[in-house]
Amino acid sequence: MGNFELIGKALPRHDAWAKAKGDQLYSDDFVMPGMLYAKVLHSKYPAAILKSVDTSKAEALPGVFAVMTAKDVPLNIEISKFGQMKDVGGGFEGLYKVLAEGKVRFKGEAIALVAAETEEVAEEACRLIDVDYEEQPGVFDPEEALKPGAYIVSSDSGENESNVVMKCHVGKGDVDKAFAEAAVIVENEYRVSPHDHAYLEPEAGVAWLDENGVVTMRVGTQVLEHYRTIAKVMEMSQNRVRNIGAMVGGGFGGKEDITVETYLALLTTKTKRPVKMVWTREESLEMHCKRHPEIMRYKTAATKEGVITAQQAEIIMDGGGYKLLTPWVQMYSTLSGPGCYNIPNVQIDSISAFTNNTPCSANRGFGADQVNVAYELQMDELAVQLGMSPLEIRLKNCLRNGDELATGFVPEGYIALEEIAQKAWGALEATGPKPECVDGTKIGRGMAIGMMSYGRLTFMHDSARVGVRLELDGSVTLRAGVPDIGGGQASVLCQIVAEELGLPMERVHSYIMDTHLTPLCGTTTATRQLYMSGNAALVTARVLKESLLNMAAKMLQVNRQDVKLINEQACVINNPAQSVAFVKVVAALSNDGIPLFHEGQFNAPFTDVPNLCDIKGQIHPDYTYSAHAVEVAVDEETGRFDVRKIVICYDVGRAINKNSCEGQLEGGAIYNLGWLTENLSWEKGYTKGHSFAEYLIPTSADTPEIETIMVESGGGLGPYGAKGVGEPSDNSITPATINAIYDAVGVRMKELPITPEKLLREIKKVRK
Amino acid sequence: MNEVNITVTVNGTTITANAKPEMNLLRFLRSQGIFDVKCGCEMGDCGTCTVVLNGKSVKSCVTLAAQADGSSVWTNKGLGVVDALTKKLQKAFVEHGSIQCGFCTPGMIIAGKVYLKQGGTPDREQIKKAISGNLCRCTGYKKIVDAIYDVAEQMQE
Repeated sequence: MGNFELIGKALPRHDAWAKAKGDQLYSDDFVMPGMLYAKVLHSKYPAAILKSVDTSKAEALPGVFAVMTAKDVPLNIEISKFGQMKDVGGGFEGLYKVLAEGKVRFKGEAIALVAAETEEVAEEACRLIDVDYEEQPGVFDPEEALKPGAYIVSSDSGENESNVVMKCHVGKGDVDKAFAEAAVIVENEYRVSPHDHAYLEPEAGVAWLDENGVVTMRVGTQVLEHYRTIAKVMEMSQNRVRNIGAMVGGGFGGKEDITVETYLALLTTKTKRPVKMVWTREESLEMHCKRHPEIMRYKTAATKEGVITAQQAEIIMDGGGYKLLTPWVQMYSTLSGPGCYNIPNVQIDSISAFTNNTPCSANRGFGADQVNVAYELQMDELAVQLGMSPLEIRLKNCLRNGDELATGFVPEGYIALEEIAQKAWGALEATGPKPECVDGTKIGRGMAIGMMSYGRLTFMHDSARVGVRLELDGSVTLRAGVPDIGGGQASVLCQIVAEELGLPMERVHSYIMDTHLTPLCGTTTATRQLYMSGNAALVTARVLKESLLNMAAKMLQVNRQDVKLINEQACVINNPAQSVAFVKVVAALSNDGIPLFHEGQFNAPFTDVPNLCDIKGQIHPDYTYSAHAVEVAVDEETGRFDVRKIVICYDVGRAINKNSCEGQLEGGAIYNLGWLTENLSWEKGYTKGHSFAEYLIPTSADTPEIETIMVESGGGLGPYGAKGVGEPSDNSITPATINAIYDAVGVRMKELPITPEKLLREIKKVRK
Repeated sequence: MNEVNITVTVNGTTITANAKPEMNLLRFLRSQGIFDVKCGCEMGDCGTCTVVLNGKSVKSCVTLAAQADGSSVWTNKGLGVVDALTKKLQKAFVEHGSIQCGFCTPGMIIAGKVYLKQGGTPDREQIKKAISGNLCRCTGYKKIVDAIYDVAEQMQE
């Protein structure tokens, strides 16, 4: 690759100063004149039939301006779109219901909305709403839910025949033959727990009607394109709903589904007043969707030399009360099921079920993390049985360039698994020989590798648009409907445009996230923004660059290919002293009537909708590969474990912004280190871990020293060969840690969360 | 309604307002337009609402507004204007890439400032302990510790 001025540098992000100084405003920080405050009445029970909802007392309370229930929603049940512009149909698209009617499907489901003069009055009004529930037994275990005669969770047509959400299969070769011929077979059941995103900013927003009656809102979201669903729910045209967005205080997939948007649209339309809604932490922990708990039954076969010959898995997912993104997450789990290995015989079958638990949907990793835990624990056990080292067995079997996946697809992007596995393990080994014991605790080391896609499912025909305008003073305005959730999603676009146009980064200003004014970039999900919008920024900048270079060549009286843009100049490549100022080139373009604005689009590869019963071919654009090596200390007396050291090694393709890229890898590692122990404590549909005093996410004191190694193969499909890292960053840390615990005390924990009690019980079992 | 009259000097400016006795300082500050004090949990668990009250760092959600009557309150935004140490920390957070979504940042900078103000040294474990009441879900804390460590080193020079 060529020399870069800005790409690859640890540049301060353009949004960092506002955040450091306390100037950044978020969804909860917007105030409008005459604003009302809104509250949601939540279901008391996880499973019930709503007999009636009497709002008369609430409506009579002074200060109450609106009380709304399902009957007040123009279109209460709608097929949820997540920004995709293609109808993918059948089974994939989740039903979204604004307010409960018929059966209540989970504890906390929204039944009614109130808008009042103050938050206190709105809360009081919620208490005055008389709900007649007929409590139902419910079903809380996905396997129970799938049994004949099980309680049916949904009362809505199309969902009320059984609790099956979707079935899915991927396979190749002949697993039965491979198992019959295998030297070693490892068979285990794994269970992983629901995981909350626990972003520090709870869901919030404010909405109002503008002077033309347009429903206008500032709601931080990962999916600006939800304005289309809001319009459908409101039975309005899409050009009359506008979300100006807001900087998002953390997303991780939890702000991918609609949160407060439809509630605000309904209430502001009804009251004709601005309305604000802010969820409490308890509401956030109880109401919004979680990472899917999965039961995974794995069977792996290998030769005595350690070559894996078969991978078979049965996956059962708990979808909770609503479908949302379950089918998509399930596809990811199914497709990721075989693992990042070259295996000739594969059979992965998955099924998801409705239960009366909190709905599950997107969470960083999107189905790839669950199966990664299972297959990486399988690998370690195979290594033990074969007398191989954890590194050796992975090197022997991992995917290499040119290998095909279980669907028959051969990834186009570079596969560096071998290199990153060696580097991660090597860096941990380089810290010195492993001590047996430290301060009375047993020390263990473990590793795991993984892969996860970046970019959306290719059958969704994803696209992104970015607009760039040259200003007459030589500065540049970038317009992009990119939801910035803190990963530097907008800043990196500025960096790319600045690099291409030879400008310092501060000369490029971004205006982002406004459905009426910014070109739609698509969602900040699926680790797609750098890949999709980054490429859109690149193609857009290059169109303007071409105009600038042509004009500069004319001004400098040289050929176009002899000119480059650098340091706010256009100069002759072999004679940089011969130059013309960038601003003068822009002025010349303007004088000649050549457009100073361009909106460019980038399309991902497009494929057909696959057959869910036998998925074949390309499903994702490309993959990012991960390796983690971990050292733990386990106290055999108490079952407490501490992570002492983490080595992270990824092929990031190219780190566009070194700080942002490392930040994703480090943040992702600690995010899923938390998954090991975080405990929502679901009990028959009730969330017991409903505060940060009970749902304990990692603090700085729990965080070990982290060494981050970035390999830059340049072999990604993003700009300058970058790969996406946002979600893949939390892959493989969880099984690496579990494997390290095994190394320390000889106990393989197959169920999350790992509490000291559970670990101690297992330790005692093997000590007997 | 029973309300109490509260006078607080916030970032050097005196504010007088009525508030309900049960109103917490977080809501009081935000009702006065002080929006760099964030509400992450309102139960004292997350630290996003950390401010300096009479020289000590407190979580403003578990401090009553009435308790702050007659006091001086500083937030990250105000300190960034007048306090050299806070300015240094803000710069270090920007340069080390310690900020992702930014929601924890104002509280986190206060936690770092209080640590350094109380004589904290460039010691990663001590820094981690000092900021352990402030949650961050984005960064994995490494770059936050890097930034505070950097300023601690600068102070020793």
